[in-house]
Amino acid sequence: MLRMILRRLMLGAITVGLVSLIIFSAVEALPGDACTALLKQDAQGQRLLNCRQELGLDRPAPLRYLDWASAALRGDLGFSAHSTKRISVLVGDRLKNSLLLGITALAVGLPVAFIAGILAALRRDKWLDLVLSALAIGAMTIPEFVSATLLILVFSGWLGWLPGIVLTPPDAPLSKFFPEIILPVAALAMVMTAHILRTVRSSMIEVLDSDYVRMATLKGVPYRTMVWRHVLPNALLPAINVVALTVAWLLGGVVVIEMVFNYPGLGRLMIGAISDRDLALVQAIALIVATVYVVVNLTADLLTLVANPRLRTAAGRLA
Amino acid sequence: MSTVHANSAATTVNTERAGRGRGVVRTLREMASRPSGAVGLLLVLMHLFIAIASPWLVPFDFKAISASLILNPPDAIHWWGTDHLGRDVLTRTLLGGREAILVTVVATPLAVLWGGFVGIYLGLVGGKLDDVLMRVVDAFLALPWILKMLLLIATFGSGIEVLIPTLAVFYGIPVIRIARAAAHNVVARDFVLAARARGHGRLAIIRRELLPNVLDALMVEGAMRWSWMLLAFSSLSFLGFGVSPPTPDWGLMVADSRTFLAIAPWSGLYPIVALSSLIIGINLTADALAKTLGVDRAQKAPI
Repeated sequence: MLRMILRRLMLGAITVGLVSLIIFSAVEALPGDACTALLKQDAQGQRLLNCRQELGLDRPAPLRYLDWASAALRGDLGFSAHSTKRISVLVGDRLKNSLLLGITALAVGLPVAFIAGILAALRRDKWLDLVLSALAIGAMTIPEFVSATLLILVFSGWLGWLPGIVLTPPDAPLSKFFPEIILPVAALAMVMTAHILRTVRSSMIEVLDSDYVRMATLKGVPYRTMVWRHVLPNALLPAINVVALTVAWLLGGVVVIEMVFNYPGLGRLMIGAISDRDLALVQAIALIVATVYVVVNLTADLLTLVANPRLRTAAGRLA
Repeated sequence: MSTVHANSAATTVNTERAGRGRGVVRTLREMASRPSGAVGLLLVLMHLFIAIASPWLVPFDFKAISASLILNPPDAIHWWGTDHLGRDVLTRTLLGGREAILVTVVATPLAVLWGGFVGIYLGLVGGKLDDVLMRVVDAFLALPWILKMLLLIATFGSGIEVLIPTLAVFYGIPVIRIARAAAHNVVARDFVLAARARGHGRLAIIRRELLPNVLDALMVEGAMRWSWMLLAFSSLSFLGFGVSPPTPDWGLMVADSRTFLAIAPWSGLYPIVALSSLIIGINLTADALAKTLGVDRAQKAPI
């Protein structure tokens, strides 16, 4: 058990290390560097050479990678090429805002998704299930920018109930985001609820069709007890991994939704950084987002491992 | 003597092989017999037809700007109204899916091909190579798709010649996982063992033993990839990183019409309906395909 946990932790660390290598080499391979971004049209001849020397860009790439990676490990992400602010300050505010958006969407969406998914499975092929499943497929397939645009049209344009665009500055206290955040949260919650609902439903149905549930029914276990004791614990466990993927997606900056609603989160910062060719900032954001993804998935793996004794054996691990 | 043995092993093995040999026509007919499949196939075929035929169908020039026609509601001449530059919305909506469909229809098979081949190969050989490459796959999946795409687009532009290979490469990476898992289910079976015992090479085993058994899962995955690629393509256009104006594109049309949507909903709603109907059509088709082939369509979060 302990060895398996350690193994997973190590694999996670290796993945983050590989991510940092990929990001660094990708940015390295693309034309242009911090100096061409900084100097713009003046980036030629002696000035370019001086700047590169000053920033240490003339040293070999492997050395610079080691510098960058070890600084990042200490929490120092360097400076942004454009705003001359420390990246950790710049990213900090945006990360906080993205967390607020993601966690609010989760708080709204998770209970709805689980309750709806469980009900849909218990009323399988009845009208409730058909309606919920159709809604879920609609919410999952329609592009985010379309559902977001429609939400703005209806609730801001036609009804005038809610602000359609976020005007609060990035470094404002979280409470200032309140009425403006409702529509982006709704747009996000729709997508994630649909995904989790579908997973919970199919996982529930699989368990409801299993031999041990039939056995429980045959030996006269009351319906309620059967659902609570036999079905739910077994059915909800596999949902952990899909929830984790969704959480990672939410926390990793939901670019399109943030752009539509002008929400000052990590995703919009990322788009801005790429457009401005602020490569140091791009590297930092990519590293943060990927680390969040790995950590969240790792947590889900470990939770499943702890909650499901069958996975703790070598045989279970292979399956 | 030994050949006789191998042959008899091969015959018993053949009966063990799952599915396949169903034929394209029969699969399509079976899909169409499901309500979801019939609707899905109809939507997809309609969009493909419009994408091919629209240059001869459209009533107006897609880039003809007119100051006197700005945001005109639908009437007898402009059936679906005009946009903020006085261009015909019907014309632009009919043409608006061409580039998206062209790019994704080319990139999807490429992605499934290379991802599928690598995945099956890794599933067969296993070992160190498998361990290392799967870590790299994990690392790539940990990065948001839009970051990977935008880094390349910001550097090389957003022409078809950039978008097709970029989408094909990045959307092939998750296919590796699917194909590897599907191959894993088959590799341990007796008929693969028999083929190995007969002394077949890896490529022959992949082609004759693994591929037929993994193909169904790959086709369903391909259908899903297609809809995700379309989503990615339109999102990029919506954000201003995809198709460049004045070429009509649904994502771009939605972005352009956002400011006027409350006063001129027709300029945005028609492209929204067009794009959504194609994506829903692909998803229904993929669902029907999965059910017809008996493949468990995996539930995944959008990455």
